[in-house]
Amino acid sequence: MNEFLLGAAAFIVAMVAVGLVRILRGPADADRMMSAQLIGSGGVAALLLIAGATAAPATIDVALVLALLAAFASVVFVLSAPAWMSGRETPGG
Amino acid sequence: MGDAFTVVAVSAGAFFFLAGTVGLLRFPDALSRLHALTKADNLGLGLITLGLLPRADDWLGVLKLVLIWLLVQLAGAIVAQLIARELRRGGP
Repeated sequence: MNEFLLGAAAFIVAMVAVGLVRILRGPADADRMMSAQLIGSGGVAALLLIAGATAAPATIDVALVLALLAAFASVVFVLSAPAWMSGRETPGG
Repeated sequence: MGDAFTVVAVSAGAFFFLAGTVGLLRFPDALSRLHALTKADNLGLGLITLGLLPRADDWLGVLKLVLIWLLVQLAGAIVAQLIARELRRGGP
């Protein structure tokens, strides 16, 4: 069971690494942000699996911190766009 | 019995991560890529958390898992909406 969970964690990390290609290719910045979001949730999933597999249950707390940071990173990305694009103003002032 | 449930749920979650990554790489349009990403986020992490719940040590562990899942769900939903709005306006 532990080997299975660790194998699943490795698989998810491999998927996230493959998803990094979108950062290279993505025509829009939003595509790159999507890849970062995948890193966030994939990282949380891998950390949860590792916490379930090993005898280090504190890894769950690391997953919680990563989830918080990923959420903040995405919000910062959107807010850094021009104000009218992120909805804070209407186009044209 | 619980082991079989964990194996099935974690395998399904890993499959959704695979599908979401393939969609993120192969879909032609940014909005459809966002759709694939949200499936990996929600279903992938949700199924993995569901599979890990029977293995939690005590009720505090269960609560932590559920809270992490809820947080990622909420953040993922908000982020998906924000990114979609930017894409629809022809953003960066």
